[in-house]
Amino acid sequence: MSLSALPAEDQIEPTLRVAGVALTVDVAGALYEPRSGALIVADLHLEKGSSFARRGQFLPPYDTATTLGRLARLVETYRPKAVIALGDSFHDGGGPSRLGEADRAALAALQRGRDWIWIAGNHDPEPPARCGGAALSEMTLGPLTLRHEPQAGARPGELAGHLHPVARLALRGRGVRRRCFATDGARIVLPAFGAYAGGLNVRDQAFGGLFAADAFMAWMLGETGVYAIPGFGLRPD
Amino acid sequence: MSTARRAEAVPVLPDRFTRWFASRGWSPRTHQLELLAHASAGRDALLIAPTGAGKTLAGFLPTLVELAEAPRGESAGIHTLYVSPLKALAVDIARNLERPVSEMGLDVRVEGRTGDTPASRRQRQKRQPPDILLTTPEQMALLIGDPGAGRLFETVKRVVVDELHALSPTKRGDQLALALARVRAMAPSLTTVGLSATVKTPDELRRWLVDPRRGQDLADLVEVHGGAAPDIAIHETDERLPWAGHSAAHAAPAVYEAIKRHRTTLVFCNTRAFAEIAFQELWRINEDNLPIALHHGSLDVNQRRKVEAAMGEGRLRAVVCTSTLDLGIDWGDVDLVVQMGSPKGSSRLLQRTGRANHRLDEPSKALLVPANRFEVIECEAAREAALAGEQDAEAAKPGSLDVLAQHVLGVACGAPFDEDALYGEVVSAAPYAELDRKTFAEVVRFVATGGYALRGYERFAKIRQTKDGLWRVSNPMIAQSWRLNVGTIVEATMLKVRFARSKGPVGRMAGGRVVGQVEEYFVETMTPGDTFMFGGEVLRYVALVENEVFVTRAASETPKVAVYAGGKMPLTTGIAARVREAIADPLRWSALPRQVREWLGFQQERSEIPRPDQLLVETFPRGGRHFLIAYPFEGRLAHQTLGMLLTRRLERARAQPLGFVATDYALAVWGLGDMGEMIADGRLSLDDLFDQDMLGDDLEAWMAESALMKRTFRNCAIIAGLIERRFPGKEKTSRQVTMSTDLVYDVLRRHEPDHLLLRAARADASRGLIDLERVAEFLARAKAHIVHRPLERISPLAVPILLDVGREQVYGEAQDALLREAAETLVEEAMGPIGQTPRTEAAPVPTPLLRTTDRRNLKPKSPLTRSLRSRPSPGGER
Repeated sequence: MSLSALPAEDQIEPTLRVAGVALTVDVAGALYEPRSGALIVADLHLEKGSSFARRGQFLPPYDTATTLGRLARLVETYRPKAVIALGDSFHDGGGPSRLGEADRAALAALQRGRDWIWIAGNHDPEPPARCGGAALSEMTLGPLTLRHEPQAGARPGELAGHLHPVARLALRGRGVRRRCFATDGARIVLPAFGAYAGGLNVRDQAFGGLFAADAFMAWMLGETGVYAIPGFGLRPD
Repeated sequence: MSTARRAEAVPVLPDRFTRWFASRGWSPRTHQLELLAHASAGRDALLIAPTGAGKTLAGFLPTLVELAEAPRGESAGIHTLYVSPLKALAVDIARNLERPVSEMGLDVRVEGRTGDTPASRRQRQKRQPPDILLTTPEQMALLIGDPGAGRLFETVKRVVVDELHALSPTKRGDQLALALARVRAMAPSLTTVGLSATVKTPDELRRWLVDPRRGQDLADLVEVHGGAAPDIAIHETDERLPWAGHSAAHAAPAVYEAIKRHRTTLVFCNTRAFAEIAFQELWRINEDNLPIALHHGSLDVNQRRKVEAAMGEGRLRAVVCTSTLDLGIDWGDVDLVVQMGSPKGSSRLLQRTGRANHRLDEPSKALLVPANRFEVIECEAAREAALAGEQDAEAAKPGSLDVLAQHVLGVACGAPFDEDALYGEVVSAAPYAELDRKTFAEVVRFVATGGYALRGYERFAKIRQTKDGLWRVSNPMIAQSWRLNVGTIVEATMLKVRFARSKGPVGRMAGGRVVGQVEEYFVETMTPGDTFMFGGEVLRYVALVENEVFVTRAASETPKVAVYAGGKMPLTTGIAARVREAIADPLRWSALPRQVREWLGFQQERSEIPRPDQLLVETFPRGGRHFLIAYPFEGRLAHQTLGMLLTRRLERARAQPLGFVATDYALAVWGLGDMGEMIADGRLSLDDLFDQDMLGDDLEAWMAESALMKRTFRNCAIIAGLIERRFPGKEKTSRQVTMSTDLVYDVLRRHEPDHLLLRAARADASRGLIDLERVAEFLARAKAHIVHRPLERISPLAVPILLDVGREQVYGEAQDALLREAAETLVEEAMGPIGQTPRTEAAPVPTPLLRTTDRRNLKPKSPLTRSLRSRPSPGGER
């Protein structure tokens, strides 16, 4: 079962299943649900740069543009009927008001002609003002439940963000640490999509109790592809 | 024996000094009096002298004489600032000064101020400053940013900078140069005294010590030439000389015998790992139970201090150490220095050799222990260079912009500044002499608001220009956070190594004694249960608990994880040139041991011995792969850079390179394509492959993506104050910092590739980590001098290099290749036949089989139903 042995025409986008629903995994760190046409991203953390600047750390003020640019490429590719942001879309409550004019226009362009849903997160519990779209605390999509923070004991089919999963593996004396989707087939936690969003190792105790250990997989995001790594092959930081 | 450029009258030493010298059975040395003369005439002066010449006393003599002749009474302020790169040195000097001060009955108060000084004493030092303050560059920077700096420094008459040769080429040197310029502005009558070991270009240090605006272009030079020539022996063995490896552990018995024959021996090793190995080997055969200790940068500080104290008291027979003991306190008892492995450079060899014997008129004794055949030639070259008194050139570097940014904010924290006046002050410091006004303005703007083309942070500015034109700190919080972030040393992320006290679940494990620290990357490659050598014992890695590595003692004697690296210096240009010449000239081989002679002879027979100006390139097949070996002899760092660039080019030439390894002498690239044949039939041109144009786009492209640049950027971002090291009250773990600076780097590079911080990072990387200058010089030299030898099989010269494959890190940037490999092997492991893994039946594979995709192939239209969800039955087909 070596990959290189697979014929070239099998090179199609990877799909994973959560509670039986097939979801397309995009290397940029998003999920696409083909039947409803929904593109799902988590933890955009828009305006994190300006949030830090308030405290004197002048991170380059290009994070929002970068994040929206990535999102625009996905929208271009999938032409989704809806875009769902799983919370922490803005880094803080003042984020929407600090949004620059160009970025605000870019966001509006993305929203044109499709549904846009802001799920509430702990960084942005209030609906973002003057940013379009609809705000929900959580929602369902067929058998799937979409919310910001994964809930222990949730029924199968939960899609969440909040934890910023990254996975690490070591091979040939080199460590590789990448953002990843964390899933056991019943639940999936999406990687943080924002340009300045850091990551938390899936072996951290914050992930404890959320996944069936035997079935756990990290879908690690490479530069050009997504790689499914069984949990036992992963390292803590 | 010594020279003075200016023939000023040597002042008569005051009586009580002459009497004191006599009472100790000494007479003042010529250079001590000369330095006194220059300093008394109000000149800046540099003393260059080998160890044992009474350098420190010479440096303080002008101050002591002035204070003795004109007592100043209580609280007259600081008279002399002494700055040393080592905290320990500052403490040691305080002790050494006590003696003359008390014996001559001088009314002089001497105090140290380092990071370890209690806050209460630091406060008192500001209120009642001592006459002589002994401190470090970081403390100087902190004092500059203190609102009371003006009052504290206005009385300073002299600044003594110790170990100037070690400080000046570093960022700490930049920081100190800027602080010195600031102190000069506050203390109009200040003069400097620099103390240095012998260097290749004293003029650079002489320039460093002066402010050209004050009418002196170079500090007056007082130079003491080395005393007796050192006695440097090279260990010879009748046993088989190792082909590869760098630990020189095979020679432990001989080193042990040498230790037995001497009073006290320093055993220098090039890396911490080798120090661990040498220490263990020596203790294994230590039948006489000689007190032999270990000293390196990862050991716990208290542990190190204990070793230093025992050494000071003469209780040790040997210390196995790394560069941590290159500088520092003189131990009079050391009568032998052993260098395990090649010293890699002549200056380092001279410096280390000088640690043995502290009398000028007796030779220092050193024993070099080559670790492999190449190193025999290298040690021979290093000995020749050292005996010829040759120093390695330390290329002067322009001052770093990140350090300047930190300084500018510090100045503002101390007092409001005028931009033009500060610019004039900054360019008076040697490292910043070439800084243009525009760049300086950029630095100020960076400090104020981040300096981005896209404005927007103005309302959060850290410093603002007020109506009077002066720049002021916006609020006191900024000064507070600046103080916590002062310094130019950004440590690699270190994790504490601690004994686990109780066995049991990781969460309930109690921590015991701290053994020391290891770099995070080392832990990253280990799995719980792995054993490694540390602090002289074999430890088992149990778990990572928060930021600490929990370990237990392991019963086994042989650790599973072979090395814990840490610090590797590349071969210097001078030694490299000598090695090239030594190899090229068969007449000189007679000086080499038989085994090495034979090896070179075989090379001559089977392949070729390159002339010093030639680049030998060999190609041969081996183990189903094709190898290309090039022998530039330019040191590991330059070879690594070259390897990265060559593999890119070979990839484009469709030679399908798979990886490469770089040593100090050569680099080996291997791949699937037959590079020998490609060269023979013209598909691959060596002249093109090694063309200088690789330093253009290829270099840019590689550097932009490389992890090395990201690490360098992180350091610059922290020093410049873009990212905080610590927040008041809580220490941010550097792991979080690493993560966010990588992201910041990616974003900044895309949007503002010419930003100040990226420029600073590129400058750092090309100077240090990738040795760009040497790569460039090499490519120019190699032009039209490339000799290709296609071979049937591996050449004798290539053997040590290929043996390093597997020991040394293999390079390649392709993380995706690693990920793919891991995914394949792990999935195979997960689904292997019954009996090999107990998981097969119990664990249904939850997700579809591993799939990878390439973005370019992404077609949303394609049927998702084809997602290949089959899974081999247990024990089924592979």
